[in-house]
Amino acid sequence: MGILTFIIALLTGLLVLAGYFVPALAGLQSILLGWAAIAAAMAAIVGVLSLISVHGDKVRRRGKGSIYSAILLVGLFIAFIFGLVPPGPAGPILGLLFKAIILPSQAALMALLAITLLYAAVRLLRRRPDLMSIVFLISASLVLLGSATLPFGEIPILSNWIRPWVTQVLALGGARGILIGVALGSLLTGLRVLFGADRPYGGK
Amino acid sequence: MIELGVILISALLLLVFTVRKRKSPAKFRELAAFTRLSQAIGLSVEDGTRLHISLGRGDLLTSRGASGLAGLSFVRDIAERTSVSDSPLVVTAGDPVLALLTQDTLRAGYEAARVGDLFSPNSGRLAGMSPFGYAAGVMPVVGDENVSANVLIGNFGAEIGLLAESAERERALTIAASDDLTAQAVLYASAEEPLIGEETFAAGAYLGMGASHTASLTVQDILRWLVILFLLAGAGLKFLQFLGIF
Repeated sequence: MGILTFIIALLTGLLVLAGYFVPALAGLQSILLGWAAIAAAMAAIVGVLSLISVHGDKVRRRGKGSIYSAILLVGLFIAFIFGLVPPGPAGPILGLLFKAIILPSQAALMALLAITLLYAAVRLLRRRPDLMSIVFLISASLVLLGSATLPFGEIPILSNWIRPWVTQVLALGGARGILIGVALGSLLTGLRVLFGADRPYGGK
Repeated sequence: MIELGVILISALLLLVFTVRKRKSPAKFRELAAFTRLSQAIGLSVEDGTRLHISLGRGDLLTSRGASGLAGLSFVRDIAERTSVSDSPLVVTAGDPVLALLTQDTLRAGYEAARVGDLFSPNSGRLAGMSPFGYAAGVMPVVGDENVSANVLIGNFGAEIGLLAESAERERALTIAASDDLTAQAVLYASAEEPLIGEETFAAGAYLGMGASHTASLTVQDILRWLVILFLLAGAGLKFLQFLGIF
């Protein structure tokens, strides 16, 4: 069974990869990717069932935070019911639930993140008091001051010269270097999975 | 055709370095994150606390899935090492396919340790499918489940800051890596042991997970030097063109 899944995965991977370089295989590539999308949709259903199982178990055990698990399950059930009732997911009730609950919750988390990052930046100097941390904080402060809308207008040299130079020369160069490293890592990870050295399927 | 050439050369080098027998063990530069991870694995088994791995929201049908796959590759290894712990490993994912593969990988780890009956499908979870939904789903795991170390590795956005902060509040070790530039900047400030750039993909080699992982790191280094040489050659030629010599 393990060998069979490996052969199927290897052939599928090679065909999809070849589809990018051999035009005659583009149609087959499209079909295989379509199947993958359908499998991913099925996985979403399994994922939601797993979510229900985890939180249902937490409610049963009455563990720490089980009230939140209960709220999640009730919310999931309500959204599911309203999603089934015509006109379905695009209906006004689900739209209202989205606008009244999900949107404000996400906005609140976003605002919390801003405070969290400010606090983390201050704590950075205590945790790692080295040259790179100082450079990191100075760069972040310069870019923030250079981009901010201040009551007295822009800070002349900072906004016109230092900030563009930091973001478009230093930061962009560093970002491209990091992205090249990430791309090479992604390529090698993909090849390891393709050759079956890593098999996140079939239990091996 | 350049892309095909890069893929073929990488594949060939990976095969050669995987098959080739090394005369001496591979030497890597010191990365504190992996040293502390190895210690944390041992400690969690000894003191009965839990390890938590978060694999991010990388959709496996896109290029963002590679970092999730990199994380998944050491889930099996860590599951095998911690399977006999009182509090087994818990893994969260923000993509349903990744969550499903996580359960399968965890099961494989338990079976490899010959304790397959201890495996619970609930140890591999889908935490949420939107960025902040995912963060909100993972934060209770970090805070409520007796977690002593968190490994956040995969595709995350800025929301990873909330997870790192949540772990900090619990005084749990956080080792974190992402393929996303915004998340890397956030992690540099907020995580205890951040990993930058391609270090995200080095976990397998550092944790001694086999020849293919070591070979992968070697090929990454070779390719990186080739890229550097090409960039320098390009800059040199441009300079010569500017001088009117070329």
